[in-house]
Amino acid sequence: MIWNEHFECMDRQELTRVQSERLVNMVERLYYNVPFYRKKFQELGMDPGDVKSIDDLKKLPFTTKQDLRDNYPFDLFATPMSDIVRVHASSGTTGKPTVVGYTRRDINLWSEVVARTLNCAGAGKDDVVQIAYGYGLFTGGLGIHYGTEKVGATVIPISGGNTKRQIQLMKDFGSTVLACTPSYALYLAEALEEAGLSPQDLPLRVGIFGAEPWTENIRKEIEDKLGILAIDIYGLSEVIGPGVSTECVHKTGLHVFEDHFYPEIIDPKTLEVLPPGEIGELVFTTLTKEGLPLLRYRTRDLTVLNYETCECGRTMVRMAKCLGRSDDMLIIRGVNVFPSQIESVLLEMSETKPHYQLIVDRVNNLDNLEVWVEVENEFFSDEIRKLEELSAKIKHNIDSTLGLSVKVKLVEHKTIERSEGKAKRVIDKRSM
Amino acid sequence: MIIKQLSIFLENKSGRLTEVTKALEEANINISALSIADTAEYGILRLIVTNPDKAVESLKARNFTVNSTDVICLTVPHTPGGLARALEILSNAKIGIEYMYAFEFGEKASVIIRTEALQAAIDVLQEHKVELIKASEIYEI
Repeated sequence: MIWNEHFECMDRQELTRVQSERLVNMVERLYYNVPFYRKKFQELGMDPGDVKSIDDLKKLPFTTKQDLRDNYPFDLFATPMSDIVRVHASSGTTGKPTVVGYTRRDINLWSEVVARTLNCAGAGKDDVVQIAYGYGLFTGGLGIHYGTEKVGATVIPISGGNTKRQIQLMKDFGSTVLACTPSYALYLAEALEEAGLSPQDLPLRVGIFGAEPWTENIRKEIEDKLGILAIDIYGLSEVIGPGVSTECVHKTGLHVFEDHFYPEIIDPKTLEVLPPGEIGELVFTTLTKEGLPLLRYRTRDLTVLNYETCECGRTMVRMAKCLGRSDDMLIIRGVNVFPSQIESVLLEMSETKPHYQLIVDRVNNLDNLEVWVEVENEFFSDEIRKLEELSAKIKHNIDSTLGLSVKVKLVEHKTIERSEGKAKRVIDKRSM
Repeated sequence: MIIKQLSIFLENKSGRLTEVTKALEEANINISALSIADTAEYGILRLIVTNPDKAVESLKARNFTVNSTDVICLTVPHTPGGLARALEILSNAKIGIEYMYAFEFGEKASVIIRTEALQAAIDVLQEHKVELIKASEIYEI
């Protein structure tokens, strides 16, 4: 099943021509509609006419998450707000989220790439897709939703959580495809087991899992426990959301829909483009997006590209499952967490100092973030009630900043290593 | 009448209690009474010692999370109803107790009490002729 054979199986030379043409058009839109990019071009002494093909991309400036924050909320949008039909946002460091905007055409494009994703996973119009990604500002739920409708499959927009109901509907409605984070899939698998259901009792056959990194071991576990094919999907809201790349049923790397999202691999230190086959940071240029077109957006994800044609017939370049990050971002239950967010919460509270450590673990297949905070002598009350109030207050402030429930543990004064040089702020015990 | 009690925050790790008591030994400080309040993750060690200021100083120097808390110590007859009578006085005066612990003190029983209304507790207990131990006395126990 290939949703758009014309593009997905396009011959490399023709694809390069399409990418070049789209880049030239994009650069023009950026230059004339986004002051931020115009200024960058002018600083480099370039004008739109200097970009003639995709080969010129390497001369163009990068965009970072910080650039999105600095231009909060809408300053990087390349169309008037009247053309923006939807915004999504992710949590941000200083309470400012990263905002993305979509025009009507962007929503169509998004539906298109998610439709391709579903076909890649072997799902089509006869399927019943249970979407257990969160709906709302997070791109996961609505992104998969529109693509599923486009394919013509049946959507169950159940959103995240409420495991009991997930299982009930999965059984009663006969879901054949499950869309959620891999850790939630594992959690569901165990809940099914506890409910006395075996995979044979359910028509479920495919899972499209993403929004967090996961290993081959976890894949095997999910496949065994749920009796399904587990497909890795990749996306980030800045680029579009889910639908940037996906594995096909052969599970040999994730096809990047590069007619829309042009990938480069760079050395995160020198920023030089690396040749195919070398591991580096993944960078995307959104060739066709209108609302928020991004030039050379640094994802911070580390991977490697493979340009060989896949067994499935698609020529779209394949990226390896993400191999890590070039920054300190953590992904906890699908939510992006930077240690600096926790640091700023502790700095803002008068009772605490930013002496903390993050312990990430997987408990019952769900990511668990434990924040260790030192008790300061001045604020140490010898009444348990007050200490419990203090840890509840820290938890409340961190939870509301991250949009994620954490566990707070109070530890003795001066037991956390002080940041002289590189402090070991994060201990990630998840077997990645 | 106000007595300084040491309060020490301890994570539930083996050996921590030993380290506290060793630190006090090295500072030549004697422990008169102690109690531990514990939760799943940490405990609070409360100590009455011979020289609280010196004890705080030496524990801080060893990076313990420590401060001192004001408490009172009253003595009651070591007989049935002895404690009940003293507590009744406090509850009649609507004085709440955060925590308390007791130890034997010669013929009598002594009770350390922590309350938010420390001075009010002292006043009402003295009014009812309950014997309170002075700081100078207890530090010498």
